[in-house]
Amino acid sequence: MINAGLPPNPDPVLNQPITPELVRRHGLLPEEFGQVQAHLGRVPTLTELGIFSVMWSEHCSYKNTRPLLKGFPTEKRGATAQFGRVLVKAGEENAGIIDVGDGWAIAFKIESHNHPSAVEPFEGAATGVGGIIRDIFTMGARPVLLTNSLRFGEMDSAVTRRLLRGVVAGIAHYGNCVGVPTVAGDVYFDRSYEGNPLVNALCLGTLRHEQIRRGKATGLGNPVYYVGAATGRDGLGGASFASRELSAESAADRPAVQKGDPFMEKLLIEACLEMMAVPGLVVGIQDMGAAGLTCSTCETASRGGSGIEIELDRVPQREGAMNSYEIMLSESQERMLVIVERGREAEIEGIFEKWDLHAARVGEVTGTGRMVVRHHGVVVADIPASALTDKAPVYARQASRPAYLDETSRWTAQGAGLADLDAARARAALPVLLAHPTIASKAWIYRQYDHMVQHGTVVLPGSDAGVVRLRLGAKEKFIAISNDCNGRYCYLNPRRGAMIAMVECLRNLVCAGAVPLAMTDNLNFGNPYKPENFYQLRECVAGLAEACTFFDVPVVGGNVSLYNESPEGSIDPTPVVSVVGLVEDEAHVTRQFAREPGERIVLVGGAPDELGGSQYLGVIHGLKTGDAPAVDFAHERRLQDFVLSQIRARRVRAAHDLSEGGLLVALCEMLFDRGGLGAAVELGRLGAARLDALLFGESQGRVLLCVGAGDEAQVLGGAAAAGLRADPLGAVTADGVLRAGTAAGGLQWSVGELRKTWEQSIEASMKRPGLG
Amino acid sequence: MNIAVLQFPGSNCDQDAFHLFASGLGLPTRYVWHKDTGLGGADLVVVPGGFSYGDYLRCGAIARFSPVMAAVREHASRGGLVLGICNGFQILCEAGLLPGALIRNSSLEYRCMTCELAVADAGPSFNPAVLGGRLRLPIGHGEGNYRIDEAGRARLESNRQVLLRYVDNPNGSLDSIAGVRNEAGNVFGMMPHPDRAFERFHPSRDGLAVARAVLASRLPEVARASA
Repeated sequence: MINAGLPPNPDPVLNQPITPELVRRHGLLPEEFGQVQAHLGRVPTLTELGIFSVMWSEHCSYKNTRPLLKGFPTEKRGATAQFGRVLVKAGEENAGIIDVGDGWAIAFKIESHNHPSAVEPFEGAATGVGGIIRDIFTMGARPVLLTNSLRFGEMDSAVTRRLLRGVVAGIAHYGNCVGVPTVAGDVYFDRSYEGNPLVNALCLGTLRHEQIRRGKATGLGNPVYYVGAATGRDGLGGASFASRELSAESAADRPAVQKGDPFMEKLLIEACLEMMAVPGLVVGIQDMGAAGLTCSTCETASRGGSGIEIELDRVPQREGAMNSYEIMLSESQERMLVIVERGREAEIEGIFEKWDLHAARVGEVTGTGRMVVRHHGVVVADIPASALTDKAPVYARQASRPAYLDETSRWTAQGAGLADLDAARARAALPVLLAHPTIASKAWIYRQYDHMVQHGTVVLPGSDAGVVRLRLGAKEKFIAISNDCNGRYCYLNPRRGAMIAMVECLRNLVCAGAVPLAMTDNLNFGNPYKPENFYQLRECVAGLAEACTFFDVPVVGGNVSLYNESPEGSIDPTPVVSVVGLVEDEAHVTRQFAREPGERIVLVGGAPDELGGSQYLGVIHGLKTGDAPAVDFAHERRLQDFVLSQIRARRVRAAHDLSEGGLLVALCEMLFDRGGLGAAVELGRLGAARLDALLFGESQGRVLLCVGAGDEAQVLGGAAAAGLRADPLGAVTADGVLRAGTAAGGLQWSVGELRKTWEQSIEASMKRPGLG
Repeated sequence: MNIAVLQFPGSNCDQDAFHLFASGLGLPTRYVWHKDTGLGGADLVVVPGGFSYGDYLRCGAIARFSPVMAAVREHASRGGLVLGICNGFQILCEAGLLPGALIRNSSLEYRCMTCELAVADAGPSFNPAVLGGRLRLPIGHGEGNYRIDEAGRARLESNRQVLLRYVDNPNGSLDSIAGVRNEAGNVFGMMPHPDRAFERFHPSRDGLAVARAVLASRLPEVARASA
């Protein structure tokens, strides 16, 4: 087929005929290519084919997930005049925005960089951080915190250790230099992520309501500026790369991994915020992330209902002789597209000169509705902007319930003949669980991140949620943030697993003393063309939507990462959720750590009694089976309301949610902050059918509280009045020994030794030789 | 006392240092841009933490040539007070205003944590009697491993120029040195962050005492030089 519409491209390489093979290599289906031709009324040029390829990739178009995401609530029903109103909704812009009161707002979003990190962990993770920071300051917000969710294979693999080292160093390199603290995160190690690690990075920023900026190109004749770093050949076609499965040949995709320059990003943040603070100067702004110049031009034009014409000769380039295909598809980092008010060119140019950055006028806003690209005086692409965005294909994929669920959901310990623990084996199991890297201390990781810069970090990494003080003009506000998702639960029961991710995240916030505000999610799944994978995706999204609706936590944006597979198979479905909460009074800030001997330990929510999906089954018995723990929204709400009420009444010294590893692990984690503490608890009275499920089961809706001896009766009474079971377990002691009375007899551990096991596990593993 | 906090394009603890002095001590404090050539009559110049010009080459290697550093050199030579924190310490060493150099941590990794520090006897305002024997201050750096040659080390000792030592060395520094002053006693540098230890919720509020000790510095040499 020969393109009959546009003149020949100045680069002869781009004038080759568009063959079915070329279309296939661009990841477009034959019928999608048919739609491309219908939109254009002719055969596309190679540059145009590249543009459609990236814009219609899952990463940019959400073509396989858009219908599912419609179930998410995007408004907060219970928003008050004080806070909680959604100012910019999910999907409208680069990030959603929530009112936090007094004219201030927060913008936040999570995004994945899984495939680049699998191939080139350092640069992949670093540029993931850079990309999400740009999504935030492009809204007009100053970035004030970062979090991340990471998933790796098991530590016995040299590949895992190499990936972990590289990813952590990459996040540290970027975040530390830019000067935004990394205050929280979660990390899981499971065989299913071997070869396909997950790297999800979140950024949150603050802004005044009137500072909100949109990614819209409006105003006929307004100049379009390219600001920031020069364009090179790095990251060519990254968005379509991220929309394929990983294979042995993926290493050959290294040119598709971008290289980050955090110093450049720091300059860009400051210059952009300075520019956006000038009243009326900026009409629209968008970062050049996935699909670079292509995505930023067609999306701003489409949102603005306008057109954009750009001239590639004016694009700053750091490599010679780049052709239009390369310039349009490059994913070079630290670049932004800015549309400013006509006649005010000198103002933007002056600001960028101060910061020694490029600000090149590359085009202007038109009224044609088309994205027109010229190179060396020749039109090389001419496409209706909406064809690339709103009119991208949308699919309802086939879903079928995976066969393995029949077996796993019916599994019970009794049915499988799994012997319960006796005292000796219970004693031995605890340190083994504490040493598993999913449960072990993550200090080896977060001590490499600057988590204190900007001097606002109130609760440091290592507690249930990170808490940060925001300085908003003369006001101070405290926000809490937590990331959660147990992929094991989602594998065993996708809908319920996703609900658990939400309720656990909410419990973490409440334990920190916060009222949940809004959520951002990162959906990490396998190839959606496989019906079993699509089933998991559909069910998880439905579970999240149900939970968000019930708890009135709107979704303000997020990211979808599909094709997370390696030759060994798909990852466990991993819908990472991150909820931001507001701590209304600094005095409500609560940590998970027992503070002094004599504090009473109370278990709220009942005795754990389920084993399915637990770390105990995985680590001690090598099993990933059973149903995910039960979820009861009404119970969760009662529990959360109760914990918050007790925190507000100043009766709570420490609060900690039960999660991976169950009751004993949670108890240990409460004792590990201050040296010398121990605890004496009586668990025999809890009336558990099985000791293993009581000690290590992961039943939801449970929280441990430390309260003053004088407050215990009131806390127990309050729980009863709220319709919650609360069991006084015992007290914090000064002897450094954990003593637990059980039906199988008394158990005893040295807290110091347990702590050492827990503290040194990841560091010890990382001293083993890795690859490269 | 007027405080000037320098801003290099990659400074990222500039606000932290600003608030230590402005909010923590209530002193008139302002920023000075790296392209400026004057300090506006500041009594104390703070060179804050961060990554000055990206620091891809070597920490502070480019910053020492910036226009504002000429003014800082001039200020210091007249006996004016200078405090370098973290990247600021690295810059002052590169600029030759403080002895020694800072290389990569022995772990080859960035370290962010709170450290216990032993206060050395470094003169009338900075010593254990004024500050207490131990301080707790956060660190956050990848290149805080302090090095100096034998002769320099001997001079540091005999002139009592060491300010702080790590109790549990986090970065491999020679003699666990965490901070030093110049011989004249008006230029101070340290890897730990007093600017992360002054709020209610910080790991400690020892940063306030450190800032006061620097401000109160009055060695005989300084008094002579500024007289």
